[in-house]
Amino acid sequence: MNAVTPRARFVRGFVLSILALGIALSASLVLGAGDVSAVRAARALFGSDDPQAWFVVSELRFPRTCVGIVVGALLGIAGNLLQTVTRNPLAEPDLLGISASATAAVALALLMGADLVAIQVWVAVVGALGGCALVLAAARMKGVGDDPVRLVLAGAALKGLLVSLVSLILLIDQRTADEIRFWTIGALAGRGFDQLESVLIPLLLGLALTIAICKPLATLALGESVASSLGQRPQLTRWLTLIAVALLSGVAVALAGPIAFLGLIVPTLARGMAGPDIRRSLPLCALLGPAVILLSDVIARVVVPPSELPLGVVTAFLGAPILVAVVRLRRTSLGKG
Amino acid sequence: MEELLHTAHRSAQLSAHDVVLGYGNRTVINGLSVTLPEGKVTAIVGPNGCGKSTLLSALARLLPPRSGEVRLNQRSVFSMAPREVATLLALLPQQATAPEGLTVSELVQFGRQPHQSWFQQWSREDQHILEAALRAADLEALADRPLESMSGGQRQRAWLAMTIAQATPLLLLDEPTSALDLGHQIEVFELIRWLSVEGGKTIAMVVHDLVSACRYADHLIAMKDGVIVAEGAPSDVVTRELVRTLYNIECELITDPLSNSPVLTQIQRA
Repeated sequence: MNAVTPRARFVRGFVLSILALGIALSASLVLGAGDVSAVRAARALFGSDDPQAWFVVSELRFPRTCVGIVVGALLGIAGNLLQTVTRNPLAEPDLLGISASATAAVALALLMGADLVAIQVWVAVVGALGGCALVLAAARMKGVGDDPVRLVLAGAALKGLLVSLVSLILLIDQRTADEIRFWTIGALAGRGFDQLESVLIPLLLGLALTIAICKPLATLALGESVASSLGQRPQLTRWLTLIAVALLSGVAVALAGPIAFLGLIVPTLARGMAGPDIRRSLPLCALLGPAVILLSDVIARVVVPPSELPLGVVTAFLGAPILVAVVRLRRTSLGKG
Repeated sequence: MEELLHTAHRSAQLSAHDVVLGYGNRTVINGLSVTLPEGKVTAIVGPNGCGKSTLLSALARLLPPRSGEVRLNQRSVFSMAPREVATLLALLPQQATAPEGLTVSELVQFGRQPHQSWFQQWSREDQHILEAALRAADLEALADRPLESMSGGQRQRAWLAMTIAQATPLLLLDEPTSALDLGHQIEVFELIRWLSVEGGKTIAMVVHDLVSACRYADHLIAMKDGVIVAEGAPSDVVTRELVRTLYNIECELITDPLSNSPVLTQIQRA
């Protein structure tokens, strides 16, 4: 293996990601479950006089696509941050129960009578932060943190616990049940600019924090002592990263509910294209995340017409094989070492 | 050595003053003072668990002393910002690991980090120093190779190149050759030696092998049970008694005719 410099590799990955995003974006606007054909939708996009098709594209699919772009980018970035900070290629906001923590926090808040829609996203962020703290504690524990698969198992246990807690709340409180359904099933359908507007502040905070910690985090990948000796503060970096993950995944859950595996699929692809340096893989995550979620959403719309599959089902179908592949790859490389 | 990498003109006084060091409720070193001779290679030797790596951690600002002080150019190292320390002192920990796929050049670039700010990212000077560091470690031809594809000696040279790019007057190394075979050990030791002689660096390294320590260091610090039992030029301080104290073995000492450093023969358990 030689000749390809990291920069050339990054440029190639960048171009590929843009292409993928372009294809996904067009597909998301043009393809759907309804009876407006792809050709009619495409024509409407380019200005033909077809009010029905135009309504479908601009009022139904466009907002949904925009939310998809944001959620995809958020989960892709959050997954990459989490994997880097735990040094575990399987760490993923949903698999580790961080999304479930956000949902559980919102359910609890609703149960206790909070009804301010505006603060829901903050409740979700705080819940996600709680989940992150548990993940960090587990990752630093001997016997759990040093084995990628065990950390995921611990996360699955946490997630199971939280999901049943939420189910319990749904059973005892009808009002909560109506409002929380939105939070328990991952979907883009019916989401639009109102939701985007309500999460704008935590969204921007999360992205700004991500940009600020990019470099320290890349250094942390060399190990704690090396990072310290290069002038970093590893402990601070770790906490800021988890706050960023909480903001990003809390916002993602508030927008689209828990969507499994996206935070695993996207960073795995991005690192494959750009190499291990997070400063190169993060921009690709921001492009590939939307591409993957939009393609999944399109698949969800078209496989069982006229109804739609839940988005989470599609991402699980795409993500599970990647999970298995990463585990197998790690196992063989560990065996060699 | 290229001028860019010269550090001899910058002062590099690193010393510990009556430091007490430990982890949790275990005390490893109870009151120890030491000064690294400037511009020299110092080897810290001693049996396993004698506290040599612990001492190095404290000197590198990784382990805060419970009492006492580590001073860098007359200032307490823990009162200085990590970034400032990083421009004066570089560390290569034991068996450092890089993420899979990282190339030599990418690794060495990290060495410039303490010199960069948020606004000024990668400057022309950084690029020159990167190239000079790769040349110094004889890694130009391998610059774009991923680390895991190289030999242990080459990999260790790449890590050293990172510390060279850091351009610090002080360099601390924790067992820089521990996982290497003899040929690769020599390759790494010679680079370290060269960094001191040609680059003017003050270097301290924890070394397992007493003979290598004598061969490549100007100054020896021998430790046992958290205490310095002997200190000075290898040919002065290494005696049969010292070897017995440190490792509990009997031996004869002869002098290597080429390097004039002491060599152990007829080794047996005491």
